[in-house]
Amino acid sequence: MYVAVKGGERAILNSHALIAEERRGDPELPEITVGQIHEQLGLSVDRVMAEGSICDRELSALAIKQAQGDLVEAVFLLRAYRTTLPRLAVSKPIDTAKMLVRRRVSAAYKDIPGGQVLGPTYDYTHRLLDFALMAEEGVGEPKAPVAEEPLLPDMPHVADILDFEGLIEPEIPDSDGEEVYDLTREPMSFPAGRDQRLQNLARGDEGYVLALAYSTQRGYGGNHPFAGEIRMGEVSVEIEPEELGFAIDIGDIVVSECHMINQFKGSAERPPQFTRGYGLAFGHNERKVMAMALVDRALRAREFDEAVRYPAQDEEFVLYHSDSVEAAGFVSHLKLPHYVDFQAELQLIREMRREYEERNRKEAAE
Amino acid sequence: MSAVEMDAEAPADWDRAYNFAYLDEQTKRMVRRTILKAVAVPGYQVPFGGREMPLAYGWGTGGIQVTASVIGPEDTLKVIDQGADDTTNAVSIRRFFARVAGVNTTEATEGADIIQTRHRIPEAPLREGQILVYQVPQPEPLRRLEPRETETRMMHGYAEYGLMHVRLYEDIARFGHIATTYGYPVMVNGRYLMSPSPIPKFDNPKMADNPALQLFGAGREKRIYAVPPYTEVRSLDFEDHPFTIQTWPDACALCGSTESYLDEVVLDDRGGKMFVCSDTHFCTERRAEKEAQNEETLGAPEKPQLAEGGQRER
Repeated sequence: MYVAVKGGERAILNSHALIAEERRGDPELPEITVGQIHEQLGLSVDRVMAEGSICDRELSALAIKQAQGDLVEAVFLLRAYRTTLPRLAVSKPIDTAKMLVRRRVSAAYKDIPGGQVLGPTYDYTHRLLDFALMAEEGVGEPKAPVAEEPLLPDMPHVADILDFEGLIEPEIPDSDGEEVYDLTREPMSFPAGRDQRLQNLARGDEGYVLALAYSTQRGYGGNHPFAGEIRMGEVSVEIEPEELGFAIDIGDIVVSECHMINQFKGSAERPPQFTRGYGLAFGHNERKVMAMALVDRALRAREFDEAVRYPAQDEEFVLYHSDSVEAAGFVSHLKLPHYVDFQAELQLIREMRREYEERNRKEAAE
Repeated sequence: MSAVEMDAEAPADWDRAYNFAYLDEQTKRMVRRTILKAVAVPGYQVPFGGREMPLAYGWGTGGIQVTASVIGPEDTLKVIDQGADDTTNAVSIRRFFARVAGVNTTEATEGADIIQTRHRIPEAPLREGQILVYQVPQPEPLRRLEPRETETRMMHGYAEYGLMHVRLYEDIARFGHIATTYGYPVMVNGRYLMSPSPIPKFDNPKMADNPALQLFGAGREKRIYAVPPYTEVRSLDFEDHPFTIQTWPDACALCGSTESYLDEVVLDDRGGKMFVCSDTHFCTERRAEKEAQNEETLGAPEKPQLAEGGQRER
């Protein structure tokens, strides 16, 4: 009526028109296509896909285009779309030991069965701006050489090698028949099981998980970690329809996985052994899965009778604040009008101010 | 009901790319089961599998899910934010339901079957059969005193609310009165401590023994709670410091009301201000009545008096 927030419907529609215009940018330049984003901004696409909880690179690319490259907004778009999808089946656990590996490295051993596979990584690039990428005519068709011998089809996990000697805690077996906790259908509940925790971290904001992981390394709740193994590549997804009674392959997805191996000095019930932290995400998301594995281990503090002293070990703190869609929504809601409450506070502060001045006057008079 | 017919927008078909009211039927059933439990245990926060909505968390997703689950094609919806029908987020939520449910919308409090609200309860009394849906940012009244959900759930379990009384007492000790002006905690049905959502305490008494069903949806926190019709709702207080509501020395500059919650409108940068009703429909109705009376007695409608520098759009 009198204030800008009461702009109403026409202002909203005009604002939509304005973002459409801004998104398109200079019309002299060709419009970017979803295919181009999908192919040439692949790591953005993978991050949005992982945090958006839909394994669909094309939809992720569309979300990035629609959000003008704002990845948090793109995650939000994917999540809102995801809500409307029907649930057809629950897949069998994927077997990452059978991964068609594109990258696989271990920092725990010099050489490992199956070999170290560097794959596509920025790790050993020098971070110098490559001005050749600015050239109008583009970079042509760069080609990487192909190895003479194919990789082994089976790549055992490094943690499983330690497992033979009993030096690492055994992996928790897949619980057949037991339903996996699903945060998209059930609210958070505490104490959180590992399934709930890992799902939460996998969907969590990469920056947030990274910062928490970093805090454990700087002394806020760390257990000295070794990157047991990091791998990325294709795995097949299988479902077992009830009427069929056997599993069928429904396609391949790319995932990144990290096994952290952490020190543990032992307790009254457990011998000294290594413990595990685990990270997994859709797509090529190495930084995310490493951070996730560190935070996963930090959150197991109670399980190992370790004192819970630091933020990364506190499951309510970590899990309640990891989701970028929730966090961005609640922070941005401060933009909504609050003038009813503000008026109430104004009244109170005026009253308190009057009382304060009265008191001072009285004291001065005495 | 002529006023209702006048400003009710024509019903339209909904966007068939989505299920009626956006959520799929299983989800709506899950939300309705949650609501039934909430009604059965007044004031108790029932966890539910809140879904991600196409509107941002903190912008009314809990209220939207509740409304989507209880609304039918024949229902008429009113949406207010800060008491006003024309605030941008109220407009946006109304547009959302017009698109995904094709329902009638209205600004008339008495003409609405469902009223979704943020931060206010309408001034006009509600009636039986109406549902008031509150958008709730933080359902836990104890959260500022105890950040842990595991702890607060236990406190509710044992009805251990001493902490809240201590906080109110500390206000009195320090300021001479309770310094909570909105989101003022209430006891529902003598059992559960409940957050009334950030409505001003002015609105708290309207919750008690209300003929309408009051539902509260917190989307981000994934909780639903309820105050069934004609339920006791008591604002916490002390015998020697009884609960009071806000009052204004001024009346509404537009309709002259002295009983409604007033917003302060800044008119210039020299401290000029005026007070107007926060409930826009209530104010509009009263002005229409006054004009009708004036026309009868004087033959000419009286224009609302505005202080110098005030601009008027309607």
